[in-house]
Amino acid sequence: MAALTIATGTGNWFSALALGVTLLKCLLIPTYHSTDFEVHRNWLAITHSLPISQWYYEATSEWTLDYPPFFAWFEYILSHVAKYFDQEMLNVHNLNYSSSRTLLFQRFSVIFMDVLFVYAVRECCKCIDGKKVGKELTEKPKFILSVLLLWNFGLLIVDHIHFQYNGFLFGLMLLSIARLFQKRHMEGAFLFAVLLHFKHIYLYVAPAYGVYLLRSYCFTANKPDGSIRWKSFSFVRVISLGLVVFLVSALSLGPFLALNQLPQVFSRLFPFKRGLCHAYWAPNFWALYNALDKVLSVIGLKLKFLDPNNIPKASMTSGLVQQFQHTVLPSVTPLATLICTLIAILGPEAFSDV
Amino acid sequence: MEKWYLMTVVVLIGLTVRWTVSLNSYSGAGKPPMFGDYEAQRHWQEITFNLPVKQWYFNSSDNNLQYWGLDYPPLTAYHSLLCAYVAKFINPDWIALHTSRGYESQAHKLFMRTTVLIADLLIYIPAVVLYCCCLKEISTKKKIANALCILLYPGLILIDYGHFHLGFALWGVLGISCDCDLLGSLAFCLAINYKQMELYHALPFFCFLLGKCFKKGLKGKGFVLLVKLACIVVASFVLCWLPFFTEREQTLQVLRRLFPVDRGLFEDKVANIWCSFNVFLKIKDILPRHIQLIMSFCSTFLSLLPACIKLILQPSSKGFKFTLVSCALSFFLFSFQVHEKSILLVSLPVCLVLSEIPFMSTWFLLVSTFSMLPLLLKDELLMPSVVTTMAFFIACVTSFSIFEKTSEEELQLKSFSISVRKYLPCFTFLSRIIQYLFLISVITMVLLTLMTVTLDPPQKLPDLFSVLVCFVSCLNFLFFLVYFNIIIMWDSKSGRNQKKIS
Repeated sequence: MAALTIATGTGNWFSALALGVTLLKCLLIPTYHSTDFEVHRNWLAITHSLPISQWYYEATSEWTLDYPPFFAWFEYILSHVAKYFDQEMLNVHNLNYSSSRTLLFQRFSVIFMDVLFVYAVRECCKCIDGKKVGKELTEKPKFILSVLLLWNFGLLIVDHIHFQYNGFLFGLMLLSIARLFQKRHMEGAFLFAVLLHFKHIYLYVAPAYGVYLLRSYCFTANKPDGSIRWKSFSFVRVISLGLVVFLVSALSLGPFLALNQLPQVFSRLFPFKRGLCHAYWAPNFWALYNALDKVLSVIGLKLKFLDPNNIPKASMTSGLVQQFQHTVLPSVTPLATLICTLIAILGPEAFSDV
Repeated sequence: MEKWYLMTVVVLIGLTVRWTVSLNSYSGAGKPPMFGDYEAQRHWQEITFNLPVKQWYFNSSDNNLQYWGLDYPPLTAYHSLLCAYVAKFINPDWIALHTSRGYESQAHKLFMRTTVLIADLLIYIPAVVLYCCCLKEISTKKKIANALCILLYPGLILIDYGHFHLGFALWGVLGISCDCDLLGSLAFCLAINYKQMELYHALPFFCFLLGKCFKKGLKGKGFVLLVKLACIVVASFVLCWLPFFTEREQTLQVLRRLFPVDRGLFEDKVANIWCSFNVFLKIKDILPRHIQLIMSFCSTFLSLLPACIKLILQPSSKGFKFTLVSCALSFFLFSFQVHEKSILLVSLPVCLVLSEIPFMSTWFLLVSTFSMLPLLLKDELLMPSVVTTMAFFIACVTSFSIFEKTSEEELQLKSFSISVRKYLPCFTFLSRIIQYLFLISVITMVLLTLMTVTLDPPQKLPDLFSVLVCFVSCLNFLFFLVYFNIIIMWDSKSGRNQKKIS
């Protein structure tokens, strides 16, 4: 009986939370899945059936490979398990193939990879000190954090219904954050570098990592009042960090550098041809910018300031993914968005104590 | 109550699980010509909406009783009528006479599932929440955990064709346990008028209320109570059956539909005595119909008589709940024409005693879900049933620490084992024996499930796995029948004075 008790994790609320949400994910298997399901099936097919030199050139399906090489290798490993479920899904020409076994395999692969996320949450909980709060379980910070992360409904909906692999990627990020908290900076940097080569969208937080590592790891000592001691700058540490990032990138992009495919890879990873906003607008500044442009153009037409013949026929709200020109306000180039982002990031940092 | 937010979370979890399970296939999906229970419910909406009341239970050119004829009491018919009005508002094609047979579409599935969810939300779930809040002598956290376990019970989630009758029955138990006898009886009468299987629970209700009347004194308050209860029962029956009391033939026909004695001792494979007996001796074919009736009648009543008599003589809330269990279990094991789903009528009272004997209740509820395995596999509900069973098991283990509560006192067998030890001083291994039995039972269930799912039965015995499932479940249920009867008979006033600290 004791063995059974241990096995079922009696009294261990973390195991109960993790097991509970995993069971809920299993119940979500027959739910709706979006085109992202087909995207990942296609990538399984591409990485399994084609040689590496073809991975970033293959375009039979409209869902071309646009994640960095580590993710491609991940799909390659998955495909070797997939062949035991349904060989047909690994055929590049089987567009929109979704047999019940394919569905089962893909869903289970997401659920399984979430193990990394659970581990990372556990590590994050270790970094929290909750001794000051009372004995009530629901008031413990560790419990609250675990619930917010493990049972995050946004993640459940996007990963287990819509279908994506964000779980284990966030797990990598949380793990690297946990390592930074635990003062294991090299590991944290390494994990983040690996993460970047899984999904490059995490470049969004790269500046924060860069500045933090620079300040906390490369400057080895502080003045008594906590401000920076410039003389304690350690070149060794900067170089070792750079080396870690360089080695990871070499491992990832190396093969494609050797095949002279770097420009193609980058054009797939950073598809500026897709335009300023996605088919479904993200609620960001450029959406407001576009909306303002639309409003102004309508007013302009009504007040006869604008010539109807000069206005482009395609509209940004049509749900297509392509480049547009703004009518009234100046058009926005990728460089402009980068400059705006940098100003937004560095602005507050310039005012805070370094 | 304090911690109402936790109870809300529990209810929401229950609803989420129910809704995700309902995304799966339903019984008889895509299987013409007869389809399944889903089509039966849709057909009843069609019949009750398009035909006048007098024709609902009769065979006619518009109403072919062979194709899912109405065989539940009038309240089910009225409920189907109500759903039909809503269906007419959304899409009349769903209930068009004759042409809507076998109608299947995503929108219709959504509609049917929604009616079930609303029924659960309005009747069953509030009853569970209120019941757990009214439990005495346990902490708030345990009450909430209790509610979670009851709402996660797999049987009621997987078999989801409207549990109005169980909801009303639960209101009945709640009312009577809290001394609102009149409201409780009214709720229970409504339950019986919804599904006649609720008669399984009728005897304990009757005995408990009769016992209460005796206790209050038949010359004074007791008699008044008896008269009031009788009036409520008669009034509710008259109200529900009013359209059918106009002619004698109407009433008789409805009764004939409700109690089909022509259909034989059992149908299909069910985990009761007769089906298990049939494996060794083909009693269904050997004995004539009236002998079968008498046999099942006698064995049912003999097995439930002791508990009911004790309830009349010593009415107590605890005794009432346990008698509900043993009575329903006796009916399930020995009665005529029992369906596999009738085990839910036993499971509901067991859910009610979850807080008193968590270990045995969890064991029973696992077996009851397992006993429906053939039905669940037929409806392609393997994944949801495995997942919900695991979730239920984890919830029970975490909430009640069931594996630490296997001592004799926790199992309520202390008085029994003391009595036995008067004759057999060495009888000290009771809890050890029960633990081993539990292990054996669980291992057998897991193995049988694996075998049924992965292996093909041999050609000479195509029903091998279903029969094995029924047989194993039946053995488990017999053990539980003996166990619950022991608890009832050996329950003494001194036992109830011991306060439980949890």
